[in-house]
Amino acid sequence: MPDRGLRFLCPNGHLGFAPLHTDSFRRGLASGVDFIVADSGSDDIGPGPLGSDTSVSPLTWQTHDLEQMLLASRRLGIPMIVGSAGDTGTNSRVDLYVQIIRELAAKHSLPPFRLGYFYSEVTHGRLFEELAAGRRIEGLDGRPHLDADTIRRTDRIVAMAGVHPYIRLLDAGADVIIGGRSSDSVLFAAPAIRSGYPEGLAYYLGKVLECASFNAEPYGGKESVVGEITGDSVYVTAMHPDQRCTVASVSAHAMYERANPFYEYVAGGLLDMTKCRYEQVDERTTRVTGPTFHPASPVRVKLEGAGKVGERFIGMAAIRDPYVISRLDDVIGWAQERVRSAVSAKDYQLYYHVYGRNGVMSDMEPVRNPKPHEVLIVVEAVAGDPNVAHEVCLMGTRQLFYARLGQSTGTAGGVAFLLDEVLRASPAYEWTMNHTMAVDDPLELFPTQVITVAS
Amino acid sequence: MRLVDMAKVIRSKNAGVDKITFDIIFRNEDYYHKACQSSALTADAIAKLFNISVERISDFAQFDPANAIKFTIYRRVPSGSPGDPDIFGSQQYAPLLDVEIDDAEGQKGGGSGQEHRSRQEAAR
Repeated sequence: MPDRGLRFLCPNGHLGFAPLHTDSFRRGLASGVDFIVADSGSDDIGPGPLGSDTSVSPLTWQTHDLEQMLLASRRLGIPMIVGSAGDTGTNSRVDLYVQIIRELAAKHSLPPFRLGYFYSEVTHGRLFEELAAGRRIEGLDGRPHLDADTIRRTDRIVAMAGVHPYIRLLDAGADVIIGGRSSDSVLFAAPAIRSGYPEGLAYYLGKVLECASFNAEPYGGKESVVGEITGDSVYVTAMHPDQRCTVASVSAHAMYERANPFYEYVAGGLLDMTKCRYEQVDERTTRVTGPTFHPASPVRVKLEGAGKVGERFIGMAAIRDPYVISRLDDVIGWAQERVRSAVSAKDYQLYYHVYGRNGVMSDMEPVRNPKPHEVLIVVEAVAGDPNVAHEVCLMGTRQLFYARLGQSTGTAGGVAFLLDEVLRASPAYEWTMNHTMAVDDPLELFPTQVITVAS
Repeated sequence: MRLVDMAKVIRSKNAGVDKITFDIIFRNEDYYHKACQSSALTADAIAKLFNISVERISDFAQFDPANAIKFTIYRRVPSGSPGDPDIFGSQQYAPLLDVEIDDAEGQKGGGSGQEHRSRQEAAR
């Protein structure tokens, strides 16, 4: 075994989205760890939660995991770090988690401890100032650079923190840290870098631990894993008795939900995994060496922004008649035309998702002439005015029933309705920002705060 | 041989809000090398399979440590926008399952070799 390095327990990736499993968590704690760390955010959930400043994770699941982590952290006297609070890492989500921590401390009569937190939201005014100063806010992934119109149609903006606010809060003596929006890897990298471990290994440690047992096999989410960083290696070990961290599972995780398996950007630089070497050291543990880090100057911080597109309604209509199915485009065309001529408002969007044909893949579906025996058409209507969205959706759904196809034998209606109504869905949002902005001080977008929690 | 019989993982998932990434992790090194040399798994072949222009492929990589081929495409619209049918991008891999990797073709070495390319610039 190596000399004892710094050991991190990760019980969950996207804390709150589904509860952690407590058995492997307890096993991880018993193995001896220095930090308990979990990320709680994701942009997988779409732009709605950020735009509307809500969580998709239920409060009970968020509280469950925070309670497990807090009680272990206080019992063992080791820090607990949670990043991207409440799915989005907005200020209200940070406040929510801070409040949960306070309530849990009172509930369990915990001895006083230091709670550090920071915010990540960026104001519209700040971005207008950047543009006015001629500082470019660069588009990622093929997006154009940010312009004033895009800022205006954005409801809420968060910046993606690097290690900096976490190191600041650890320096300030925080026992528990609740972070705003952050890159997943930095929650783990911050304590390791602060303790003097090489940056390449530190960011890699975070990269490989951030989704907990997704780096283990066989597949099974929400189980704890433990990572250990030493001067030259990262060791990662599965804590569920039936799971193992193997060369295959750990190296495969480097690819997970990233465009490229070799590089990962964070605020402050680039993690380079091209020279990573993987080696099985015991049944459940894989050792990784060789990641490097290329610091960037100036620091560029990623921005996420979401803006409301409109109110949204959903309708559903199913078809079983093979003749009608063979004329789907005509059926939909009929309904679209009826909406066009009957709805006076023109500012709406109307989509037909045809499950059984290409509902999942749309234009990318390679199956050209499917022969489904039944299909479900989901009608999605979006408009600024909810009454318009409702009318468009209802007309666009109900008129499927009346499509005139000439030879159809089913003259009493061409579709089956599960419901003879349309359903109001959450408003439609879109990701308006996926950009980066240069900052002089990597802390300037992330104001930190430390308080003492005494029950 | 079909890809589904050669790979233990075939998956798709968002890579940020503007891209979907695809991972094909092979059962063993032998299958991996066969696939690397096949003309059925190149950026051009993928573009054709998914009915997209090759410019929509941002990354195409062969990843030796995991015996994996990975590629990433630009989404038509950002995830979760009105009309987007797959917010997580998690059900876009299905057409890969039936891709045929031809042995003879592999020996001809007509594939993309060991290169790693980032097509990001080309797409801008």
